[in-house]
Amino acid sequence: MERSARTPVEIEEQVDGDLGSKRMIVNFGPQHPATHGTLRSIIQLEGETVKSMDLEIGYLHTGFEKLGEFRSWNQGVTISDRMNYLSPLCNNIGLSVACEGLMGIEITPRCAAIRVILYELARLADHIIMVGLQAMDLGAFSVMLWAFIEREKMYDVFEAVTGARLTTSYTRVGGLFRDVPHDFEEQVRKLMGECLRTIQEMEGMLNENRIFRDRTIGVNTISKADAISFGLTGPLLRACGVPYDIRKSQPYCGYEQYDFEIAVEQEGDVWARYRIRVKEMYESLKIIDQALKNLPDGPINVDAPEVIIPKKDSHNHPTGGMEGLIYHFKNYMHGHGVQPPVGEYYRGTESPNGELGFYLVSDGTMRPWRWRVRPPSLYTFQAFPTMCAGQTISDVVSGLSSLNIIAGELDR
Amino acid sequence: MTPVDLQQRAIAHIQSRFSDAFRRTDAHQGQHWVEVERSAIVAVLRSLRDDLGFDVLMDLTCVDWLGKETPERYSMVYQLFSFEHRQYFRVKCWLPADDLEVDSASAIWKSAPWAEREVWDMFGVRFRGLDDHRRLLTPVDYTGHPLRKDYPLIGHGERSNFPHYVK
Repeated sequence: MERSARTPVEIEEQVDGDLGSKRMIVNFGPQHPATHGTLRSIIQLEGETVKSMDLEIGYLHTGFEKLGEFRSWNQGVTISDRMNYLSPLCNNIGLSVACEGLMGIEITPRCAAIRVILYELARLADHIIMVGLQAMDLGAFSVMLWAFIEREKMYDVFEAVTGARLTTSYTRVGGLFRDVPHDFEEQVRKLMGECLRTIQEMEGMLNENRIFRDRTIGVNTISKADAISFGLTGPLLRACGVPYDIRKSQPYCGYEQYDFEIAVEQEGDVWARYRIRVKEMYESLKIIDQALKNLPDGPINVDAPEVIIPKKDSHNHPTGGMEGLIYHFKNYMHGHGVQPPVGEYYRGTESPNGELGFYLVSDGTMRPWRWRVRPPSLYTFQAFPTMCAGQTISDVVSGLSSLNIIAGELDR
Repeated sequence: MTPVDLQQRAIAHIQSRFSDAFRRTDAHQGQHWVEVERSAIVAVLRSLRDDLGFDVLMDLTCVDWLGKETPERYSMVYQLFSFEHRQYFRVKCWLPADDLEVDSASAIWKSAPWAEREVWDMFGVRFRGLDDHRRLLTPVDYTGHPLRKDYPLIGHGERSNFPHYVK
């Protein structure tokens, strides 16, 4: 049952019958530049056509789910940063939304609006890089450089807000790590203008580009029925004509207040996925604009001392006397702090790659009993051999870049 | 149809159609689930897909309840989703520690094989009818099942199981 073959030569020896001179095995990855991560595909080719494909994943397996069981409910957010490393804020918010659902906590309006702005900024950062890398894989190198310039500006905003560019760890159960800086709106508005211009430039470069169109239209198509059976979500499902978006169907963080469209395409090919992502970037800009206009004042954390550590003052500071010391340790001591009731909860959020779900099981202690992540990339990548069947080897590169597989969340 | 209505309908459906296999139902924060006998799990899932429109297997996982007062040590958890109603539903079944085997859902959904391979890898559950039963995330020559509760976090001694790393 277990596979013993390790190298293409060994695999070739295992394949039944004579391959003949036309067939060959290509070992694509795990170190190939076009895999954008540690993904390995063992492709059997006949001429240039893909006959079969075997995927091997797990090169970046880090044991996040095991580690999650050994961290407190708030510490888990640092693990979620490392999953989808193109949009760590989406993972932070997804985890917190699931924890709050498990505990039945309603977050404050200001917290919800800030989360929406950062969620959409992270989606912009993810999509813009993804389109840039897709263009780079198909030969348009400058698009990738423009994308990275924009991403750096977004990271500057993330740094100003969270203190870190990549490992943001911004959310807490019931609130946020801290409020946004006073010039937040100004920074984001400036970024939005520049970002809009770059997206339009990228569209101008790619939309009518003969090479880009030839290598994306009708390539790597997946049918609607297959997409549903494979559990595809997010842009890949919407590219197959299913108008499903968790932000609309099961809103969280107050998404129901914002006016935006679900981008849908019918073809299910690489071109449709590119179009979906570009449209979603415009929609994200719309959402950010609305959220900035109506950013409410007020507290960022819920008024619940059992989940939120109270602000430090003379009453609860460790140097504030006996009472203060007790109050402080009640929040920080082992066996105290955030303790959801016994139960279990599943919550999906619309991350840039699709449904990022957290299935949390609590046994009433300060640590999760089970910390299961439903990563969108796992289910997406499983469908890849079906998409590639009968296509040429160059379409494998084009298709892989359109899926935006993130090894960090794929292998966890 | 509100979420609770659909979940209640699903529960009633399983209670009437699979009265022998039905064990119990429970809920937390508005999310209801149903527990069934493991021998009927594939029939229940297929019926939920065909009769009630739960057309997606969103996630499939396992939980190890070592040391807790549960019917058995392991529970399989299936998160289903309906595009028509935009609602989730959860089905569970219990697996005893000395007979970790359950029927595979891979004949119903194409999303099942990798999720089941991951559960085999992490918990050591075998799936009857799963074509490709390799490990998913750990190396091919790995012997442990890391997400079991009696598997240590640090994994002392694991390294010596890999002759080609320590030679």
